[in-house]
Amino acid sequence: MEERIRQLRMEHITKRFPGVLASDDISLTVDEGEILALVGENGAGKTTLMNILMGIYQQDEGRILINDREVHFKGPEDAFEAGLGMVHQQYMLVPNMTVTENVALGYKKAWKPLKLDLDMVRSRVVEVSEHYGLAVNPDAYIWQLSVGEQQRVELVKTLCLGARFLILDEPTSALTPQETDELIELLKRMKDELSIIFISHKLNEVKALSDKVVILRHGAVVFSGDTADYSSGDIAALMTGHEIVLPENKEPRVQGELALSIRNISVRSDRGFLALENLSLDVHQGEIVGLAGVSGNGQRELAEAINGLRPVESGTIEFFGVDLANKSPYYVIDHGMGYIPEERNIEGIVPSFAVKENFILKDSDSDRFSRHRFLKKKVINDNAVTLKDQFDIRTPDTSTAAGSLSGGNIQKVILAREITRAPKFLIAVYPTRGLDMGAIEFIHQELLKKRREGIGILLISEELDEIMNLCDRIAVIYKGGIQKVLTHEEANRRTLGIYMAGLKEEE
Amino acid sequence: MDLIINILSMTVPFSVALLLASIGEMFNQRSGVFNLGCEGVMAMGAFLGMLVPFMVGHGGPVSNGWNWLGLLLAALVGALLGLFFGVIVVTFRAPQGIAGIGLQMFGVGTAGTLFRHFVGGTQSIPGMANTPIPVLSRIPVIGPIFFSHNLMVYLAFLFVPVAWYILFKTSWGLKVRAVGTHPRAADSMGINVNRTRYEALALGGALAGLAGAYLSVCQVKMFSDELIAGRGFIAVALVYFGHWHPVKIMGGALLFSFAQTIQYNVQGLGIDLPYEFFVMLPYVVVVVVLAFTSRNQTTSPSALGKPFNREIRT
Repeated sequence: MEERIRQLRMEHITKRFPGVLASDDISLTVDEGEILALVGENGAGKTTLMNILMGIYQQDEGRILINDREVHFKGPEDAFEAGLGMVHQQYMLVPNMTVTENVALGYKKAWKPLKLDLDMVRSRVVEVSEHYGLAVNPDAYIWQLSVGEQQRVELVKTLCLGARFLILDEPTSALTPQETDELIELLKRMKDELSIIFISHKLNEVKALSDKVVILRHGAVVFSGDTADYSSGDIAALMTGHEIVLPENKEPRVQGELALSIRNISVRSDRGFLALENLSLDVHQGEIVGLAGVSGNGQRELAEAINGLRPVESGTIEFFGVDLANKSPYYVIDHGMGYIPEERNIEGIVPSFAVKENFILKDSDSDRFSRHRFLKKKVINDNAVTLKDQFDIRTPDTSTAAGSLSGGNIQKVILAREITRAPKFLIAVYPTRGLDMGAIEFIHQELLKKRREGIGILLISEELDEIMNLCDRIAVIYKGGIQKVLTHEEANRRTLGIYMAGLKEEE
Repeated sequence: MDLIINILSMTVPFSVALLLASIGEMFNQRSGVFNLGCEGVMAMGAFLGMLVPFMVGHGGPVSNGWNWLGLLLAALVGALLGLFFGVIVVTFRAPQGIAGIGLQMFGVGTAGTLFRHFVGGTQSIPGMANTPIPVLSRIPVIGPIFFSHNLMVYLAFLFVPVAWYILFKTSWGLKVRAVGTHPRAADSMGINVNRTRYEALALGGALAGLAGAYLSVCQVKMFSDELIAGRGFIAVALVYFGHWHPVKIMGGALLFSFAQTIQYNVQGLGIDLPYEFFVMLPYVVVVVVLAFTSRNQTTSPSALGKPFNREIRT
């Protein structure tokens, strides 16, 4: 049996990337059986620090000690050897391999000279998953599994490889609320046998789970202490450097003209089955309608169908009296639709284009930005500088490639483009997914501002707080149909949860 | 009937060079590197393979051991060329498409130049003789089609299940598949991504070299500048065609070679069509089939063509 990890210390860790000080003299300590929450906004340097701990990056200065002995990890294999294991935010699973094969990648005991002993790995997987109550099917291919299942596979994998010290990088960022609750319960049970570092920027989870908290800002520790002594609000304020109060929609409802009227549409998913079946929904000017639901119930297909990105099998999408079904994206945009897509890096921007170019993606042909097909460089530059200031986009300058910005800033680029085009209507799909509190606050404020201007907004989200804070009406989507439409007053977490789970009425 | 047996009995040995080269290319691609230089490696293999028996026998008969030595030398140099390619695209992370075209021109050019220097004009060699398998080769229809060829034919087809076993049942195969699909995950599990890619490139190169030598020593029994005739590129295409799976790749190699054999035979029948049409036929088959092959995202090595750099954040 390997030595227990009674204490792990990182002392004065400094790491520089070209142009960035990613870790600035960071020290932290974790004792056996403790859960340490490492908190900070996106880009604060949490993941970099953990990659240093795992030997994936090498620190420029500082040292790591386990049980008071200094250790040097040249690569992840050295960290495994010492009993550390990390579950990365982007799962490190090979999609076209089975669960067992993925574990076997690190399970050197099964590497016989002429044969890979998959049976041995498989029984280890079963043993670990039973011991910790982590249900996984060892023979399933990764691509067949849901995000929540993949995360269990990551945990099982890490434990199979003998981890006695777990590092979890934003483990809940892709999970549904139910899966999140399950994970938190599980980690609480596991802490009897393990120490855990838990990276997060969701404060309720930090409060629920951790014993100690370390807050990073711009690569440096700004605070560390016992979680119990501080409220979520205190931690949020320390994290962002100012107090955060997410805005709420408190103004009276002004339901204007019918803007978007979806009637009985049916749409197929990429895999060919009907992702939307006879779905109907109305949105008026001046209101925010939230589409709540567990992701994968047809949200993506609905947004794509409206925006001309997916064929509609039947039904109509009336937009100020014009049918948008099976029209081109150009046609939809031309009729005044604003769209904040789900995949901000793939659909929202062209990552290799400069920020200023991304601002004019939809308007490069307009008289404002071009004459006889030649781009007006000065207007484009001025426009970019204005938007950068107005939307507080943190970028060295507007010629920087948009793909190199952080998630929050990319989202601001998209938001700036869509809003300043003066659309008649806006569809926002998971607009704050994965963003930190500061960015969420900003985006919520902008959405409410548009509402005050009398624009209708369809907000697709899986964050119940976001939906309840912002929406005038809430439609719950389940298996491709609208389960129920509630007013702001009728909705609460409990009823929404029930409808999202597919139950018709409270039973 | 005789014509059909004749066509099929040519199809099998004619497919071997494609089979070996494309299985090799499959290992390259499974590890995340596509080597368009396959054609060049085959040319070098073809030259070296025939050079050994030619130098020993001056074009006359030699003992079979020299033929095997030629094949071995071709495989060895092929492996070295694979490693050389690795230096360019794995260590220095050069764009693989361009580097591959470079390797192709280097291989074809060098082989041609050395050939003129050491051999001179067109010279045929006796090459490897056929070894019909006792009993089995006398079975009607089946015998001439499958069991009346040279030893390399049998070995090449036996290598298909071996390649399958290596890829799916050994730890090395597991590593190769992981670094070609999700190198960052493999790295996080302590697997040396670049080393694994070098190993796959060496194996792929050895098989390509062997494939070339098969052409010059076992099939055509001579060397010329046009000997490879685009087979290296066809081999690359067959890997996509076969979805990176050895058995399906074998099917592709047989199909292509079948189309090619038909071409030889039909030309002799005096059908009133320009012969260029028949020459074109096998290539058209590949293009058409590739165009209609489904793009199955779940099997393709998704990191194909992308150099790995641990400290570049994505």
